[in-house]
Amino acid sequence: MNNSFIQINNISKHFADVKAVDDVSFEIKEGEFFSLLGPSGCGKTTLLRLLAGFEYPTSGNLLIDGIDITELSPDKRPTNMVFQNYAIFPHLNVEKNIQFGLRKLGLSNDEINKRVKDVLTLVKLEGYEERFSNQLSGGQRQRVALARALVRQPKVLLLDEPLGALDKKLRDEMQLELRTLQKNIGITFVFVTHDQQEAISMSDRVAVMNNGKIQQLSAPNELYKNPENIFVSDFIGETNFLKAMTKSSEGEFINASIEGLGEFKIKNNLNIAENSSDVVCSVRPESMMISKVKSDWDICLEAKIRQTSYLGEMTRFYVEVKGIDKVITVSSQHFDNQSFADNECFISISLEDISILNKK
Amino acid sequence: MNEKNNTLLIYTLIYFAFLYVPVLFLPLFSFNDANYMSFPLAGFTTEHYEEMWSKRNLHKALWASIKVGVVASVVSTIIALFAAKAFARYKFRGQKVSYGAIMMPFLIPEIILAVALLIIWINLGFKLGLVPVTIGHILFCTPFAMLILIARIEGFDFSLEEASRDLGESAWGTFYRVSFPLYLPGIVAALLLSFIISFDEFILAFFLTGSDATLPMYMWGQMRFVQKLPHVLALGAVILVFTTFIVLLAFWLRNLGQGKTKKDIGINL
Repeated sequence: MNNSFIQINNISKHFADVKAVDDVSFEIKEGEFFSLLGPSGCGKTTLLRLLAGFEYPTSGNLLIDGIDITELSPDKRPTNMVFQNYAIFPHLNVEKNIQFGLRKLGLSNDEINKRVKDVLTLVKLEGYEERFSNQLSGGQRQRVALARALVRQPKVLLLDEPLGALDKKLRDEMQLELRTLQKNIGITFVFVTHDQQEAISMSDRVAVMNNGKIQQLSAPNELYKNPENIFVSDFIGETNFLKAMTKSSEGEFINASIEGLGEFKIKNNLNIAENSSDVVCSVRPESMMISKVKSDWDICLEAKIRQTSYLGEMTRFYVEVKGIDKVITVSSQHFDNQSFADNECFISISLEDISILNKK
Repeated sequence: MNEKNNTLLIYTLIYFAFLYVPVLFLPLFSFNDANYMSFPLAGFTTEHYEEMWSKRNLHKALWASIKVGVVASVVSTIIALFAAKAFARYKFRGQKVSYGAIMMPFLIPEIILAVALLIIWINLGFKLGLVPVTIGHILFCTPFAMLILIARIEGFDFSLEEASRDLGESAWGTFYRVSFPLYLPGIVAALLLSFIISFDEFILAFFLTGSDATLPMYMWGQMRFVQKLPHVLALGAVILVFTTFIVLLAFWLRNLGQGKTKKDIGINL
């Protein structure tokens, strides 16, 4: 397994005054399902298009499998792309669409037919050879786009929000299917999405981007449990931010006074400076416990429920705590909106679930 | 409500009558068995058409018009295709100015264009004839062709071209296998309309032809003799039918594949 299969070295891409991608460097492993995640305009699609060859970087270089592809045109690169709108050729049927990219590979007719047949089986579209794009559903078009790219057996498959146009149920199915497919064929996938749940559930590793820069690059569970900055903490999942001030540090820990909670010794993974007010604490809604009676957790606060929203598998409580001027969100699978008649409750937090982050 | 609709209907009918009744006199009198245009009609005959077909000069003029029309429409459609692609696909400096420059022959009075071309051509020491007419027609047809092609290309999904490059095609291969087949209805519509515009054009031809008459020039020449009027009417009727057919065909092609429910079309090369 090649750990630096794709090398992105100091890549910048400027459009007029906008730094769409701003001096980004990282590596993608061979056979990895890698996601670029971020809000719209963060530079993720530009980065993907740089890899595909539809854009050329302002500076920096790109290597795939040891070969510098920075200057190569799209047709010379070992990559293929699944487009956001699928870009199925409307004047060609499914079979001709899939064959499109094989013509230049110098294959025999038998080999071409075999590859088309195999890839149609792979994406479960046997029997659809004669159909045209406008005779296919969204999910089927997506499969054609996938088949058309995979049939060329690229070293890297680039996917630009391919599930965005599908409805929720189909999207969930396709997520699972794409993941299984990728494991089976072992091709490196670079997947662009703005949907954090999608990125987290499918990927081996995720690069969270904002303002043209990588905010954090790690495994999905790390992103969720140990966000490295306030942007990632906010973007991945849901969280409550509390004002805080750091005091003295003690080894791996730092003393911090937290709004409404008091002063505690908190694990300092990110080397937050002492005596700083430029920090916040983050507590996930589902790491807190809501209860009718006092608990023996590290922190237990009296609270008042202001609003609830019932979500089926869990209920979200919006509560007010004395000394905290923001509404705190707590989620619970145990209680629902019927549980607290008088709106009085207790909120419990375990110290290890509080993380401390720099504001910038 | 009803009354209002009736008023609109009457207005519409008068409008169409105003547009088309005068034109319809042409075919009507072309079948009239008389040498002059007046009522009552004298009887049905096809002899004007037979007479028309027997004129050798008419054959020459028709052939001249076809030559000019084919060259002018092909050249102006090619120029218009490149320009339309640039305007629809890219943003560049001077875009509006160059768009205006291409559309200008549309707005300049044709007679001024004709006089200008005539002066330049003669000062360059060339002879008048079908060549300057063709050049003038290219100039005149290009904006028409470009309008049609821009309409076609603007709605085009350019990620199809990117997909083709991504799938290993060269830039020219992409044009040949993806863009051209999908633009084709627009290209054919542009060709047909440019051809018709050139085929029917009179003023430029009047100034620039010299001795090789195009069809409208031939008609103009024949109009001076009363006894030749009927076969000019017959010729006019034929041209009218032919032109209408081509224009309808062009508009049908132009709209082809642009409706939401219609099958996307294009030719598989």
